[in-house]
Amino acid sequence: MSSPKLVEDKVVESSNSSHVLVSPDETLESASAKISSIVLERKHPPFWWVSFAIAFALLMGLLYGITILFAIGVGIWGIDIPVAWGFAIVNFVWWIGIGHAGTFISAILLLLLQKWRNSINRLAEAMTLFAVACAGLFPLLHLGRPWTFFWILPYPNTMGLWPQFRSPLVWDVFAVCTYFTVSLIFWYIGLIPDLATMRDRARTRLSKVGFGIISLGWRGSAIHWKHFQTVYLILAGLSTPLVLSVHSVVSTDFAVANIPGWHTTIFPPFFVAGAIYSGFAMVLNIMIPLRYVYRLESVITERHLNCMAGVMFATGLMVGYGYIMETFTGWYSGDIYEQYLVINRAIGPYGWTYWLLLLVNIVIPQALWFRRIRSNPVSLFCVALSVNVGMWLERFVIIIVSLHRDFLTSSWGIYAPTGWDWLILFGSVGLFVSLVFLFVRFLPMIPMSEIKEIVAEREEEAA
Amino acid sequence: MAQIFSPGANTLFRTILVLTPFLLVGALFGLYRFNYSPWQTQVGVPRDQPVPFSHQHHVAGLGIDCRYCHTSVEKSAFAGMPSSATCMTCHSQIWTQAPILATVRESLATDLPIRWTRVHQVADYVYFDHSVHIQKGVGCVSCHGRVDQMPITWKANTLQMGWCLECHKHPERALRPRSEVFNLNWKPTGDQNVEGSTLAKQAGIKSIQEIIDCTACHR
Repeated sequence: MSSPKLVEDKVVESSNSSHVLVSPDETLESASAKISSIVLERKHPPFWWVSFAIAFALLMGLLYGITILFAIGVGIWGIDIPVAWGFAIVNFVWWIGIGHAGTFISAILLLLLQKWRNSINRLAEAMTLFAVACAGLFPLLHLGRPWTFFWILPYPNTMGLWPQFRSPLVWDVFAVCTYFTVSLIFWYIGLIPDLATMRDRARTRLSKVGFGIISLGWRGSAIHWKHFQTVYLILAGLSTPLVLSVHSVVSTDFAVANIPGWHTTIFPPFFVAGAIYSGFAMVLNIMIPLRYVYRLESVITERHLNCMAGVMFATGLMVGYGYIMETFTGWYSGDIYEQYLVINRAIGPYGWTYWLLLLVNIVIPQALWFRRIRSNPVSLFCVALSVNVGMWLERFVIIIVSLHRDFLTSSWGIYAPTGWDWLILFGSVGLFVSLVFLFVRFLPMIPMSEIKEIVAEREEEAA
Repeated sequence: MAQIFSPGANTLFRTILVLTPFLLVGALFGLYRFNYSPWQTQVGVPRDQPVPFSHQHHVAGLGIDCRYCHTSVEKSAFAGMPSSATCMTCHSQIWTQAPILATVRESLATDLPIRWTRVHQVADYVYFDHSVHIQKGVGCVSCHGRVDQMPITWKANTLQMGWCLECHKHPERALRPRSEVFNLNWKPTGDQNVEGSTLAKQAGIKSIQEIIDCTACHR
C-alpha cells in the first residue's frame, strides 16, 4: 500500500523485537517461498490431517443432524412454546458475530492505516466468510419448512406476495447477504496478486491453470497496482459501514420485540461490540495454532498477537459496560417485568449460565491487563477460547432467559436442548474448521504481497 | 517460462464474463416462467379418468345442472362427487350394456366408489369453501372455465395463490346475480365493474382487507 508509514513503526521497529511486524530475517524471496510452499510444496503435517479428520467427522454429524431435521422437523430440538427460539438462533447470532473480525481488520484497520493488519487480514477474512456461511445455515434450519426458505426474498412469485418489509427478520436477510457478498469480493480482490504469485511458482499443470484462471491475468504492472489499490480502498469504504450495520440489524431482531430484556436501545452498539469481541477471539483461536504448526512466527509476530489482544480486550470492556447498563436499565425502567428479568437472570432456573457468562466473558479476560498474558500465545489462546464460550453463553442468556419467563406466569416454561441441538452446534463448528483447513491447504493464508511491501519499505529505508 | 494460456484465452474469458449475467438472469426467468407453464400448473391438460366422462355431453348436450351431481356445492366446502348410484339414475335405463360404463356398473355392484383422478387440488393449508363463493355470487365458470365445452375435464385456471388474490382484490370483476351462478353462458348486461360493485354490497362483502387477509384462507 502507498499509505504513509506510521511514525510509531519506525521508532519501535528498531528498538524492540516484540514490536516488529515482519521478522528482519525475511527477504522478498523468502517471504514468498515460505508462504506459497505451504500450499504448493510442503507435505501437510500430521496436525493438518488429524484436525481435518476430526472437523470433517463433525461436519458429517452436522449433515446427519440436518437430514434428520428435514425428515422429522424442528420437533427433534428442545424448542417449544414459550421458548421457540432455541439453539438455532443462539448459534446464528454467535456465528454472525464471529464473522465480524475479518471485515473489521480488512476495512476499518486499512482505513485507519494500521499496518499490523497486513499479515492477518487474509485469514481473518476467510474466517469471516466461513463464519457467515455457518451463521446463514441456522435461520434456514430453524424454519419449519426449510425448503421454502427463498420465500423471504422479494422475487416475483405465484403467491402474489412480498415479504413483510417491516420485520427485522427480512432486514436480516439483506444485511447478511450484503455482508457475505461484499466480504467475498473484498477477500477475492485481495487475493489476486497472491494468486498470480502462486501461478508463477506452481509446478503442476493443474495448479498452474487453476491459479492462472483465478488470478485474472495479473502481471503486477504499475497500472495493475494502481487499479488494485483504488478498488481495494473503495471496497474498504463500502465494507466499513457493514461492520457496524450487520450486527445492529441482527440486534433489532430482539430490540423490536417487546420481550423483557430485549426491548432496549443499547442493543445495536452492544451487539456490535460483542461481535468484534468474539470475532477477534476466534481469529486468535485459529491463528495461534496455525502460526505454531506452520512456523509463521516471522510474519505473525508477537506484535500482531498483542494488537489483536488489545482490540479484543477493548471490545470486551464495552461488552462489560453493556452488561452493567442492561442491569441498570432493568432496575431504572420501573417496569416490573424488566426488573423481574434482571433478578431471574441472576437467580432463576438459568442463573448459573449468567454467572458462568460473567466469569468467562468478563472476569477471565481481565487477565489481558498483563502484558505477559497478552504476549504468551498459550495463555492468549486460552483467554480467547473463554471469550468464545462466553459470547455463545451471552446469546443463550439473552434468548432463552428472556423467553422462558415473560409477562404471564401461566405461559412460563423451561427449555432444555436435546442431543440434536448439540450435534448441530458442534457440527457447525466442524463445518467451520473444515473450511478453514481446506483454505489453508489450497490458498495462501498470509498475504504475500503485503508482507513483501513491508519488507521492501524496510529495505528501501536501510539503503 | 512457457505461457500457460494461448492468446485466445483473454477473449474467451471476457466472453464468459459478459455472458454469465445473461445466462444467470435467463435461467432465473426461465424458472419463473416454468411456474406458469402447463407442465407445472396442468392448465388445459386433460386428465385420464377411469371412465371418460364428458361434461360437454352431459352439460351442454343434455342440459343437466351442475348440482345434479355436485350436490353439496351450495352448502359445504366440498362440492361433492356423485356416487355411482347417481350415474345409475339414468344409466340403469340407457346405455345399460355399454362397455364404456363397465367400471360404473362394477362400482355399483361391489359398492366401491370409482377412483376419479382429481383435477382441481388446492394445498391442504388452504381452507377453500365452495358454499361461500356460491352464496356471494361467484359463478362456477369463473374458476372452472367452460366445463360445458370439455369432453374430458381439465383445469382452466392455475389455482395459484396469486390468481386467488387477483379476484379477492377485485371481487366486483367476477360477481354475478345469485340466480346466474350455475349458468355457464351468462354475460353481464351492463358494465361488469359497476354491477359487480352493487352485487358485492348486496352480498355483504365487507372490505377487501378482510378477504385478502392471511386468515381468510389460512387458519
